[in-house]
Amino acid sequence: MSDSAAVAAAGPARVAVRKTYKLFIGGKFPRSESGRTYQVQDSNVALASRKDLRDAVVAARAAVKGWSGATAYNRGQILYRVAEMLEGRREQFVALGEPAGEVDAAIDRWVWYAGWSDKLPQVYGGVNPVAGPYFNLSTPEPTGVVGVVAPAEPSLLGLVSVVAPVIVSGNTAVVLASPTRPLAAVTLAEVLATSDLPGGVVNVLTGTITETAPWLASHLDVDALDLTGVPDPQLAVELEQAAAGNLKRVLRPAVTPVDWSADPGTRRMTTFLETKTVWHPKGT
Amino acid sequence: MFDYAPAPESRSVVTIRDSYGLFIDGEFVDPTDGGARKTVNPATEEVLAEVAEAGPGDVDRAVAAARAAYQRVWGPMPGRDRAKYLFRIARALAERSRELAVLESLDNGKPIRESRDVDLPLASAHFFYYAGWADKLPYAGFGPDPRPLGVAGQVIPWNFPLLMLAWKIAPALAAGNTVVLKPAETTPLTALLFAEICQQADLPPGVVNIVTGAGATGQAVVGHPDVDKVAFTGSTDVGRQIARAVAGSRKKLTLELGGKAANIVFDDAPIDQAVEGIVNGIFFNQGHVCCAGSRLLVQESIAEPLLESLKRRMARLRVGDPLDKNTDVGAINSAAQLDRIRTLATAGTDEGAQAWSPPCDLPQQGFWFAPTLFTGVSQAHRIAREEIFGPVLSVLTFRTPDEAIAKANNTPYGLSAGIWSEKGSRILWAADRLRAGVVWANTFNKFDPTSPFGGYQESGYGREGGRHGLEAYLDV
Repeated sequence: MSDSAAVAAAGPARVAVRKTYKLFIGGKFPRSESGRTYQVQDSNVALASRKDLRDAVVAARAAVKGWSGATAYNRGQILYRVAEMLEGRREQFVALGEPAGEVDAAIDRWVWYAGWSDKLPQVYGGVNPVAGPYFNLSTPEPTGVVGVVAPAEPSLLGLVSVVAPVIVSGNTAVVLASPTRPLAAVTLAEVLATSDLPGGVVNVLTGTITETAPWLASHLDVDALDLTGVPDPQLAVELEQAAAGNLKRVLRPAVTPVDWSADPGTRRMTTFLETKTVWHPKGT
Repeated sequence: MFDYAPAPESRSVVTIRDSYGLFIDGEFVDPTDGGARKTVNPATEEVLAEVAEAGPGDVDRAVAAARAAYQRVWGPMPGRDRAKYLFRIARALAERSRELAVLESLDNGKPIRESRDVDLPLASAHFFYYAGWADKLPYAGFGPDPRPLGVAGQVIPWNFPLLMLAWKIAPALAAGNTVVLKPAETTPLTALLFAEICQQADLPPGVVNIVTGAGATGQAVVGHPDVDKVAFTGSTDVGRQIARAVAGSRKKLTLELGGKAANIVFDDAPIDQAVEGIVNGIFFNQGHVCCAGSRLLVQESIAEPLLESLKRRMARLRVGDPLDKNTDVGAINSAAQLDRIRTLATAGTDEGAQAWSPPCDLPQQGFWFAPTLFTGVSQAHRIAREEIFGPVLSVLTFRTPDEAIAKANNTPYGLSAGIWSEKGSRILWAADRLRAGVVWANTFNKFDPTSPFGGYQESGYGREGGRHGLEAYLDV
């Protein structure tokens, strides 16, 4: 049977629905306000502008009150739900070119962080035995809005490893996805959008880091900055200098390549925590 | 009302030398490329001593001495032995506390009652607390074998000279680092006496180096390429410059900066107790306190009786000779600081707030500012936004608890806050919502070596004190 005969027998080939990978801001998937897109990973992806970045910061700030005020139990439940949804989309990430082993590791990493929500205050806070009639308690609290420059490789495991530790404690995030491997980030955003995570807790911008990161670093309503994914050391220095304007907490890029499969430790969480110490007098 | 007879503490317990060198590698040495400056008693403008000004070459020598001591002695030394040196220092501070307290009051202008009862006991306790950590670091929650960073460059302010030195040096040494510390240019004397205590304790040379000088010396310490850790307490502006200066380096940075703390008085607060707390919050140490309760937020329904009571109490404050044991409020630390306080107080009046001060005879010599409160202050006024760092209280009112929190958090700072209420659930509710590193409920300006201290937002980052304070000096 010739090809044309086969087509005739099966009917015309189905035309696929093509997808534009859009931004994720405030729980919605807008195009860039600039109207720009770029071609990467054989797909059409939104090219975020400074205005998109500012919108994302507004959304992240608006989400702080609800997310940081949620109970640790509730945050843990929601993050665990994200892991469930990730598991359900495992094959989709593999189809995007993510090695299956890394997808599995990313899901496991998310579960690991989910469980930290109600343990951090116990491990990282506590009672201080002051020399006086006071009940004195230190508790970790989220810093607020955290800007995250996600690493390009491994695109899903690296992304999960920088986003989950930021939000588990109650921070909200503006994430600059890898310019060269953005599809995993937008797909993760689709997972987050269907996981009961309140809109604005995670915002994802695709495009070029050199265009958006300086505005993120100098934004006065951003409280902290994770520079892990900044590829150019000189840019990392400039971003850290800009971050000093409102004394952002800064996590510098690692000096040696990160082993993303290793036990991540608690530093990615604790860097974005504040310790609040409250003194209560004892008396009758 | 009765009069107090003068009750001056004797100056004879302390011997001040005519001039001081730099303390490098265990010895006092002359500066090679710096000059000298005079330090004065701010209560009298009397010159107390001439103190060396370290230049870049001197800082370089100090860092080299600290590096050598780190590599050869202090780094390899078992924690239990480091602990014993710190215990020695804690004991020496306690035993020489009268001498240090008098010296502190002379050089800084703070009342002897405070240097004797607050600064000195806390400084000694801080060394005692961290001494105990030196051989227990694997249990501190930073992994099984947390390592020190190396050489710490530390720059401290003039408001609590010896106490800030203790907050910096004790955890650094306990964790196994060596230090180069720069005291403030107006208050170097207790740090130099501390250097003698290091000699007395037979602390190995180079573990503690003290380089005196002003901003340029501080920049040289912070910017030195062989410094692994920078710790700074001071103004937010300088903190910003330091954060920029260390960007891109491997230096670990902790900053304890300015504040504009809200002291919130709810309508159910115990008024007399709250008034004592307000006075302690803003007039303690002449208001030269980064965590001072400089914004009083009082619920509208009780504002009138509370302010009446507060004014009555302020009229009883005794302003004058810092060495007099009955003095409540001492001298402003420097002419420059007095200028700044005057500028901001003038701005308060110019912007429409009403100033009030009790009748108060200020000495003719020295730097003095009467305890002052401003009413009719709006959130936009400079005196409600900028750190005055003096005995000036800005009074604002609120109607609902939500409004109190919104006003309290309406600041780029976030160092401390106070809550006055008899209702436990309201205190906990408010404490949860205040964006500040230290919250005092029905008390104010309490400190303890075990209690972490440090700010949110532009009040800096990192914590000093407690288990948390070790993190700043460990490679974790």
